Amino acid sequence: MYNYILEKLPYKSSFRFIDNVSELNENGVTGDYTLEKDAFFYEDHFPGQPITPGVILIEIMAQIGLVILGIFIINLSDNSSEGQEGILFPLLTSTDVSFYKMVLPGQKVTVVSKKEYFRFNKLKCNVQMFDESGELVARGIFAGTIGKVKIKS
Amino acid sequence: MDRQVILNELKKVLVPYTLNKEALNNINEQTDLIKDLKINSANLVDIIIDAENQYHIEIDMDSAERISNVGNCIDVIIEKMGSPN
Repeated sequence: MYNYILEKLPYKSSFRFIDNVSELNENGVTGDYTLEKDAFFYEDHFPGQPITPGVILIEIMAQIGLVILGIFIINLSDNSSEGQEGILFPLLTSTDVSFYKMVLPGQKVTVVSKKEYFRFNKLKCNVQMFDESGELVARGIFAGTIGKVKIKS
Repeated sequence: MDRQVILNELKKVLVPYTLNKEALNNINEQTDLIKDLKINSANLVDIIIDAENQYHIEIDMDSAERISNVGNCIDVIIEKMGSPN
């Protein structure tokens, strides 16, 4: 129902970590992703004992919890640039995450994100990740900017 | 409100956002938030929100863009409180 927004994501193939958006409004988002059994990172993390890297779980939480919600909010407030928006570049600016459970190849995780604020193009959210049995896998505070970002070297 | 009073209050607001405690202890109006205090530029938004709550003001985008050092942060706070002195 909300999957139209997936078309607006800048990520492709092996680095797009979202399958479905089940809830989406200006205060939050819920989405899920099923880890591909042959994802590129399992071969070496760890050989013979594939476990989803924490950094990938963070990326899943950020893509669903921040980027999807950020694109949605920006599109709400910025009708004028419709048609000429181009690709929105999200930048993660901070995370503070705790992990509670491992995620194995093929598992489905659900991310629930609640907006703390969106000001001056910065989105800050409380993000939780659950496994299929509804148990908490990870939670944290994520912040990022999106849109007309000036990249300074 | 006196600029020095605001500066001392700002010092407390900035504590969670900088690891450079020595620079924070020695701040003056010329202290640059990003260069001198090594504050993550996205945290400027958190600092603005903290300042809004502390002084019961609202800082708009134009004013926020003027903030780069402690002095112009104080300027914006005084301006929004409507008490230029």
